[in-house]
Amino acid sequence: MTKLFMFEKPVGMKDTLPELYQLKKEVKDAIAKEVTQWGYAAIETPTLEYYETVGSVSAITDQQLFKLLDQEGNTLVLRPDMTAPIARISASTLKNTQRPLRLTYDAPVFRSQQREGGKPAEFEQIGVELIGDGSNSADGEVIALMMSSIEKAGLENYQIAVGHIGFVNAYLFEILGNEARVEVFRRYLFEKNYVGFRKEVDQLPLSSIDQRRLKELLTLKGGPDIINKARQLAESEPTIKSLQQLEQLIEVLEAYNLKDNILLDLNLVMHISYYTGVVFEAYSEGLGFPIGSGGRYDGLLEKFHDPEPATGFGLRLDRLTEALGKTKEAIRNDMCIIFSNERRKEAMEKAKQWREEGHTVVMQDLIGISDVDAYSAQFNNVTYFVGSNGNGGHAK
Amino acid sequence: MMTPDSKLLTVAMPKGRIFDEAVALLRKADYPLPPEFDESRKLIIDSPEAGMRFILAKPMDVPTYVEHGVADVGVAGKDVLLEEKRDVYEVLDLKISACYMAVAALPTYNPKADIAPKIASKYPNLASSYFREQGEQVEIIKLNGSIELAPIIGLADRIVDIVSTGRTLKENGLVEIETMMPITSRFIVNPVSYRTKSEQIDDMVERIAAVVEGEKNQ
Repeated sequence: MTKLFMFEKPVGMKDTLPELYQLKKEVKDAIAKEVTQWGYAAIETPTLEYYETVGSVSAITDQQLFKLLDQEGNTLVLRPDMTAPIARISASTLKNTQRPLRLTYDAPVFRSQQREGGKPAEFEQIGVELIGDGSNSADGEVIALMMSSIEKAGLENYQIAVGHIGFVNAYLFEILGNEARVEVFRRYLFEKNYVGFRKEVDQLPLSSIDQRRLKELLTLKGGPDIINKARQLAESEPTIKSLQQLEQLIEVLEAYNLKDNILLDLNLVMHISYYTGVVFEAYSEGLGFPIGSGGRYDGLLEKFHDPEPATGFGLRLDRLTEALGKTKEAIRNDMCIIFSNERRKEAMEKAKQWREEGHTVVMQDLIGISDVDAYSAQFNNVTYFVGSNGNGGHAK
Repeated sequence: MMTPDSKLLTVAMPKGRIFDEAVALLRKADYPLPPEFDESRKLIIDSPEAGMRFILAKPMDVPTYVEHGVADVGVAGKDVLLEEKRDVYEVLDLKISACYMAVAALPTYNPKADIAPKIASKYPNLASSYFREQGEQVEIIKLNGSIELAPIIGLADRIVDIVSTGRTLKENGLVEIETMMPITSRFIVNPVSYRTKSEQIDDMVERIAAVVEGEKNQ
């Protein structure tokens, strides 16, 4: 390794300077207020978790985990997401509390990045988990709350894609008949490789009807009428049931008066095995990556010996602020008092009075500044308490 | 950051080998591309009639532009997609610029005498995963061009590269020893654009697919 420069940070780590901090804070506060008003209680979990527990069940791949050892030699991970820690809590400490459980978090998560070093390895996620409710209303609630959170954050041009992994699995299974083949096709969808998907279809000894049915899956994208199209293709009970769930979900979302920004995408596969039902992703126009995602993960709590249904969403604060793309203006403090030793007390009293009135007041000793003009140019209003007598002088 | 014009669909096109065939394909799909397209040295060409903006990029960079969303869609070789592994939709096989990936070496190459196998390639990731799947331990040496030089001057024993006619190999006295996989160009789409501009993109996919299918049936 080459010698590091003293200002260097580990790959993918970022500083947040005051202007961006301010923007992030506004976004976070707006979302926190919204999710709190929907009855979600905020919690915090530790930054470090055991690799064997939370690390291994999280949706994030092994290569992306930051690992370290504790003194006993246990492998620890920097939490790669918040869903697994919250599942751990609700399956243990909060196991006997009333269900459904509504929890929210706002925390940095860590994912090691190889490529190009520029992608963040630490970023803040804001999200909710709704645990113990397997209904369509619960799915609808988290989608509606995610949309409302995005709007409260100030983003107008966004789109949500909604899919159902239960449908994908059941539909593939009814045509292919075994889990190993289903896995192959699900992977093609996960890798977004439609060409490979179609080539695989052509290679299998299937009837031409079944080949067509498989290829049709790739076209199931659009408005609510897509469900009818899917229903004509579906044959087995589980497939039809998942379509009914989607239909009911659409009804729930319509009751919320949400449908303009929603697109159904029945081949949306965001993870190879983590999700079990309705899944969704949020996009902003002009930003190449999703700003958030979520879905139903009814299998996760079981891994903590507490089988129960759960759903939730997570928004990426870094991408949300990027999508907002506000011009970041340097923060101008309201007022500044520049004083000299002789009139310190007088200056302090004035500052106290203005702060009580709600102003931001910077107090700066004249001796501490090398260039008074350049320094005072940052403020809207500068008051001098300098010299041995007379009243405070005003400038600007 | 330049925000892409929300009305124009931004298309990343690979310069060089694939370019002419890709342009011909788009014209067959009734996209009125400006005539300046063929000779221009510009890197960005707008075609308001087609509702499109074209960016001309190095083939290896096309998936990068598309992954980051500065281009909504693009044309990229399967070789590049396998090498770069970008998070993009691979929607259509355009069946143009057909060639294949192969391992080549000097005719005198003897695998049994190869104690420390070295492979030179422009595609280090692709080559590395190929030999790992074969269970063969090799050292990969990345080169940026003129790969055929490597075995001749003794930098590597074998090379991994795309072969279209085999002429380049022949002229440099190399022989193909393994065919790895067929390569054609693909139509790729950014995952966000695929939803936010779905109407424009679906229409484009349909029109191009019709041309590709038509060619096949001729």
